[in-house]
Amino acid sequence: MLLLTCPYCGVAAEETELAPGGEAHLARVGPEGTDDAFHAYLFEKENPRGVHFERWRHAMGCGKWFHAARCTVTLEVFGTYPAQTTEPPEHIRAAISAKRPGWTWRDLA
Amino acid sequence: MSEPASALGVARAEGYVAVAELPPQGMISVRGDLSEEGVAQALADASGAALPGVRGITHAGETSLAWMSPDEAMLFCGYDEAEELAQALREALTGAHALVANVSDARASFELTGARVREVIAKLAPVDMERFALGEIRRTRLAQIPAAFWMPEEGRLTLICFRSVARYAFDLLAKAAETGAEVYAR
Repeated sequence: MLLLTCPYCGVAAEETELAPGGEAHLARVGPEGTDDAFHAYLFEKENPRGVHFERWRHAMGCGKWFHAARCTVTLEVFGTYPAQTTEPPEHIRAAISAKRPGWTWRDLA
Repeated sequence: MSEPASALGVARAEGYVAVAELPPQGMISVRGDLSEEGVAQALADASGAALPGVRGITHAGETSLAWMSPDEAMLFCGYDEAEELAQALREALTGAHALVANVSDARASFELTGARVREVIAKLAPVDMERFALGEIRRTRLAQIPAAFWMPEEGRLTLICFRSVARYAFDLLAKAAETGAEVYAR
């Protein structure tokens, strides 16, 4: 079972209280983008074995979207952070580095 | 003018914990940044209760003020007072980035009474009820529906859910509170 702490209301919410929102930190490709770029934005998602960044919504609780960094192998959660950011904050990256030295995810490391 | 009616006609079930639907209650939803001083002050003035902290609910007589999310508060009052109170809040919040809506008819409320109310809720919601504090409001999942509850005092719990699922919520609570359905022998 996955327990994620909502950064807005502080509840250690069980998975059934949350709604998954897919991969985090995607930059939307707008009308000015090429077909290839739009295709990549829509379909080319990360599916890593290990460190992953995801969007979740506290759907049955305070209703807020937030981000979570976790390991897809062990379900270990490295941390959760608010949605108003385009990349993981420093303390989240440090927490991952402490437990998974040498981790990479897209162009992050 | 039609008479306000509760969803289930104040249904009641007696078990090892009593489940009762409450008569229509005034509820005012306020959206706006609660950390903004103007919004916080308007809410405190309207309710007479102190502004609750994160996941908190405060009471002042018949009026309660609940923290629903960082930008949402819910004010509970008498059904007949709701429209007037909402209008006063609207005026107090003029100029602020906020929205006030009288949502009294949108929800059903239930009261559970009995020494083991915590156990009944623990059967239905993914919440550690042993550590659930008085003065806390928890929005969560009740089996398959969203709900929120708080405990005004030990042995008494108030729960709200959407009116459209009132029958489901009542049946669920009544079943969980049935005599003979106790989890631990005491």
